[in-house]
Amino acid sequence: MLLWSWQSDVSTAPACRQGRLDVTNFNRLKKMTDENIIQVKDLTKKFGDFTAVDAITFNVKKGEIFGFLGANGAGKTTAMKMLIGISKPTSGEVTVAGYNVYTHPEDIKKSIGYMSQKFALYDDLTIKENITFFGGIYGLSKNKIEEKRKELVDELGLKDVVDELVSSLPLGWKQKLSFSVALLHDPKIIFLDEPTGGVDPITRRQFWEMIYKTAHEGTTVFVTTHYMDEAEYCNRVSIMVNGKIEALDSPKKLKEQFNAESMNDVFLKLARG
Amino acid sequence: MSISLKHISKSYGDLKAVDDISFEVKEGELFGLIGPDGAGKTTIFRILTTLLLADEGVATVAGYDVVEDYKEIRNHVGYMPGRFSLYQDLTVEENLRFFATIFGTTIEENYDLIKDIYIQIEPFKDRRAGKLSGGMKQKLALSCALIHKPEVLFLDEPTTGVDPVSRKEFWEMLKRLQQKGITILVSTPYMDEAALCDRIALIQDAKILEIDTPEDIVKHYPKKIYDVRSDDMYELILALNKYKHHYSVYPFGEFVHYTDKRNDFNPDELKDYLEKEGQKNIYIESTKVTIEDAFMELAK
Repeated sequence: MLLWSWQSDVSTAPACRQGRLDVTNFNRLKKMTDENIIQVKDLTKKFGDFTAVDAITFNVKKGEIFGFLGANGAGKTTAMKMLIGISKPTSGEVTVAGYNVYTHPEDIKKSIGYMSQKFALYDDLTIKENITFFGGIYGLSKNKIEEKRKELVDELGLKDVVDELVSSLPLGWKQKLSFSVALLHDPKIIFLDEPTGGVDPITRRQFWEMIYKTAHEGTTVFVTTHYMDEAEYCNRVSIMVNGKIEALDSPKKLKEQFNAESMNDVFLKLARG
Repeated sequence: MSISLKHISKSYGDLKAVDDISFEVKEGELFGLIGPDGAGKTTIFRILTTLLLADEGVATVAGYDVVEDYKEIRNHVGYMPGRFSLYQDLTVEENLRFFATIFGTTIEENYDLIKDIYIQIEPFKDRRAGKLSGGMKQKLALSCALIHKPEVLFLDEPTTGVDPVSRKEFWEMLKRLQQKGITILVSTPYMDEAALCDRIALIQDAKILEIDTPEDIVKHYPKKIYDVRSDDMYELILALNKYKHHYSVYPFGEFVHYTDKRNDFNPDELKDYLEKEGQKNIYIESTKVTIEDAFMELAK
């Protein structure tokens, strides 16, 4: 808990960041812990008279795969934009990776990775160029980028195609590559937006294995989706309905609670009341 | 036959989008093309709706040849493309009236057919189409595709990007349209929707893997599948892949779907092995085969 008192003390921010890194590196070796990497209390966002996010409260543990579900228009995207520091809450408290969203949004952005099916990589750059480009954006040194590139290319088996345009890769490979690119700067949390939509079933499984591995190494995985088959893979899921979190538990427990066979049924029961 | 394809192929440069595909859809049938992005689904739709010429093969829709009788076909089919393609700056009602007019009919004349669907968006009839939610856009697009009373309806990934509630409603609408005698060809990347079709074609990398009823596709699966779970999913997958008798190991929601090479597989043996590998709270239970399992086995 010492972490939270550190981050609130703005004057010692650089020192605290140093200290926090050490703790994280130590924890990387462990699996899911009880440490909360995301803390949200009464988070609210209003647009005029409309309350898009209505006093939601939840925590996400370090190394957890957390599913953030909701129908179109339920408030998922608005909530997520606040968590990643690109939208200011109307009220409520949010701490992400040890940083307060009101005072340290830039530090949050450096501590997270983001991948969506819609925005991934630049099709007209080569694989190598994409890695260099994103490495540069994340502020990695030349040597670090070089080292990360080798690691990533080896792991994904992309050695022979590293100078090919990303547009020439099959969709499944693009998805795996963009996931790895989003992890280049060793973020504490990776946000995934419908990561496996449209991908063939076998590649989708390989993708989930990558996600499990990432979580196993201590990175928190935050998945927003409205595809319930993706929800089934998460350790815990929250379901938003009309701006509120109406359910939050493991898929197994939610299925028991709603007497449902699948997360799809849970969702239908919740949304239809 | 309402739709028939014989040896249809189409390439874009070096890329084979559709490779020697043949299938038939009966009158009044709800037929699903099930496959991931890039499998060739949209190319098939564009060939059948006369928007694209095949390199090889012949195809007919509602008895008309897609090349010779292309103009005739356009009057007999409704097409809802994957990308929302109505006029964003026209209102809901203006869009519908526009499509009715180009087909030489009126909203009133065919209102019965679209009533169920249109009634849900009618309260917003003065809203511009671009300002509608995903679910409402989809209903408007379907209404526009139906307003000239087509015999055959082509729906290219109508539920992509749509939440579970709207998806369920959409499939209920399709079932009702089918009862009115309309033949429907629908594509989807979502395997759970396959079960809602009369027959399906599983498609990947430009080729058809299998065509059958969803029930029979599942029945043809050659192995017995087990749900396996433990406290540590990541280590569990590694351990199962290391087990020398494993045939397939696929994460499947909160479980791993496991199949064994042997016919006399004994789950207790696997349990012993996993315990030795340090797994805790092991659960092994046989489970139902899904379309997705069948797809993976065929695509292997």
